[in-house]
Amino acid sequence: MGNIIEIRDLHVKAKTDSGCVVEIIRGVDIDVADGEIVALIGESGSGKTTIALTLLGYTRPGCAIAGGEVRVAGRDTVTMSDADKRALRGTEVAYVPQSAAAAFNPSKTIMDQVVEVAKIHHLMPLQKAREKAVELFRALALPEPETIGSRYPHQVSGGQLQRLAAAMALIGDPKVMVFDEPTTALDVTTQIEVLQAFKSVMRERGMAGIYVSHDLAVVAQIADRIVVLKGGEVQETGTAEAIIHHPSHSYTKALIEAFHPNGRSLENQAPSAGLEPILEVSGLTAGYGPVGPDGLPKFVVLKDVALTLERGRSLGIIGESGSGKSTLARVIAGLLPAARGSIQVDGVPLGDRVQDRSKDELRKLQIVFQLADTALNPNKPVGAILSRPLTFYHGMGGRAREAEVDRLLDMVRLPKALKHRLPSELSGGQKQRINFARALAARPEAHLMRRNHLGSRHGGRCRHSGSAGRIAARTRPHLHVHQSRPLDGRGGLRPGRGDVSGREGRRDADKPDAVGRRASLFETPDLIRPQA
Amino acid sequence: MNALVARLVAKRLGIMLISLLIIAFAVFFATELLPGDVAEILLGQSATPEAVAGLRKAMNLDQPAFLRFLSWLGGLLTGDLGRSYANNREVADLLAGRLANSLELAFVTTLFSVPIALTLGITAAMFRGSTYDRFVSVFTVSVISIPEFMVATLAVLIFAVYLKWLPALSVANDVQGIGELLRIYAMPVITLSFVVSAQMIRMTRAAVIDTLDTAYVEMALLKGASRRRIVLRHALPNALGPIVNAMALSLSYLLGGVIIVETIFNYPGVAKLMVDAVSTRDLPLIQSCAMIFCVSYLLLILIADLVAILANPRLRNQ
Repeated sequence: MGNIIEIRDLHVKAKTDSGCVVEIIRGVDIDVADGEIVALIGESGSGKTTIALTLLGYTRPGCAIAGGEVRVAGRDTVTMSDADKRALRGTEVAYVPQSAAAAFNPSKTIMDQVVEVAKIHHLMPLQKAREKAVELFRALALPEPETIGSRYPHQVSGGQLQRLAAAMALIGDPKVMVFDEPTTALDVTTQIEVLQAFKSVMRERGMAGIYVSHDLAVVAQIADRIVVLKGGEVQETGTAEAIIHHPSHSYTKALIEAFHPNGRSLENQAPSAGLEPILEVSGLTAGYGPVGPDGLPKFVVLKDVALTLERGRSLGIIGESGSGKSTLARVIAGLLPAARGSIQVDGVPLGDRVQDRSKDELRKLQIVFQLADTALNPNKPVGAILSRPLTFYHGMGGRAREAEVDRLLDMVRLPKALKHRLPSELSGGQKQRINFARALAARPEAHLMRRNHLGSRHGGRCRHSGSAGRIAARTRPHLHVHQSRPLDGRGGLRPGRGDVSGREGRRDADKPDAVGRRASLFETPDLIRPQA
Repeated sequence: MNALVARLVAKRLGIMLISLLIIAFAVFFATELLPGDVAEILLGQSATPEAVAGLRKAMNLDQPAFLRFLSWLGGLLTGDLGRSYANNREVADLLAGRLANSLELAFVTTLFSVPIALTLGITAAMFRGSTYDRFVSVFTVSVISIPEFMVATLAVLIFAVYLKWLPALSVANDVQGIGELLRIYAMPVITLSFVVSAQMIRMTRAAVIDTLDTAYVEMALLKGASRRRIVLRHALPNALGPIVNAMALSLSYLLGGVIIVETIFNYPGVAKLMVDAVSTRDLPLIQSCAMIFCVSYLLLILIADLVAILANPRLRNQ
């Protein structure tokens, strides 16, 4: 068996905004045999995507290949002419993008974009390309394969788009598929489906693939071999089994370690009886749309939801998308008035809306927003972001406030020097911590956390979840609103006994063996290799 | 699809009518605020108070402003624009010829400037950062900063006075043949194109660059699409919304804002008519001109919005 891909001593240089030239890939060698799927893993910034894109003879703006060879089926993409590169793309090497939602042109139908490769390279008549696309849709287990192509990208779901992106790559019968974290934007259940669809189609056609990911669990599902990258250099190469079970390099060990944190187990948790309830929700009914004569909104999302959060505990709210998790958090936070039911903090009923609540009542409940990117004011330095709630809730100023900002940064384990930076100058994980510190600044009685780790990479997610858990356990109770994800046993925040799983806006059950809950525990990819 | 567009147009036309009503109100009472009395100006220095009062009564100027507004509005709705105070001719007659001239000039300028602006904007975006792009940018910025009377005067100096290629005045009445027509229109059209295309070039370039930075354009590149295909098939359709809006804004200037060009080239257009009307306190004429400018502006914006909506499947299917 020959090698379809041979990368030899590849160097890539990048020019930063300030004009310095940095070497981001420093002499990388990678081989991929025919029909083999090799995963490139590493943290963000390790150069995974850059390497993968050189297979298509492409570097992102500002980057340039400084030396080495990238041989695909014997031809070097580094020295190729532009016309040859164009001919190579889509026919020999095809690319499946990270976010299919962004990679589809919003103004063209899906079919037009899927068959475009055939059209550009004159591979086959248009009619035949359409038939082939429908076949691919069927092979990738897409619903309504006959008609899905006539829709526009905004009319299909994220998981479907990701599979459609794979169909778009497969149409030209490439020899090599390049996957650039194609499942990052998907929730866990969909991730598995999409991975299985990719794998079976590639096996069937005997294609080789490069799979770029930061998620070891995903890689374990699909890859034959794993290449671990850090700082633009290969740390370790080996079969998937060897890397996962017997990592030899310290960096790989750290990556694997992040999957086995010392989470609290379900059993050794203290019973919640006897603890003082801090937040009590009862008979909560809420929804969206105009309010009808019966006092209910047109689209009822939450029906008669009740939950209790005790001091010092954390409560997870899980459920599929659309089950009402976020709505529940919005109602508790006062962003959406409830149609019925009551919300009590420390035994005192809260007003329905934010403007009906006193400053102190507002202080008691703080939200940690889902996307730190959008929740932090991009024009304010971190120090100002953290100072604002201190002034607003506690009337602090001057040196006391400075000291408190330092203390908050310390709590979320960030260096004090960070307070002069703007959010755009922080990494995703750091932003998430600032987001959390901002909520802590108010000294609330309870936090509402919304899927707040999805934005950060895996290792960071676990670490952050761990620190959030530790801090929260030490300080305040909180309510976690998640889409299956944190209950996978990796995060420090294992479910407590009182977890509520949501399905169609009703509290399903609070026992771990409830249907919804079991589904989310089992559907999470873990470091288990499927027996194929 | 057609039903949808019809409903959309009907809705927008309804909103347009309401806007026009508000504008009519504002225009009427703004002209009421103009200093000076029409009767006094018409009668000149020898006016006796009796003559002024008589004339005011004859012109219905003694009635309360609100009543005059209602009768003017009623006239507008029935197509009667009223009579000019200055020479007692029908405003509609005064306007008709001038409006045709203005539209002609605007049309020729549009034909000339839109393709040039689009080409320059798109190519500048395609070759972003190149010498060509820099040249286009410097050119457009300088054209925006140079006032049009400067461009117009320079054009007259060079082409009419020194080179004697083109006539200094553009009187469209005695046209014989295409060549003559081109010669007459050349300078006003060039001057106006300078003014309106600069903004269009900049907006087109910015909008296309915005879409060229998106993930779907990178995806098209990685599918092996040529640069031409990427720009024309992938980037341009998504940049259309902002581009047509910039065009509508630029082109709306061609009716009302061309007074300087019309004056310098002595071109008999609507803008010049309106300025003359202001100096004679000819309120019906001023009001009618203002309404025409507003209607043309609203129509252009309507067209731009329609194009933007039709180019975007997300909005189209709502």
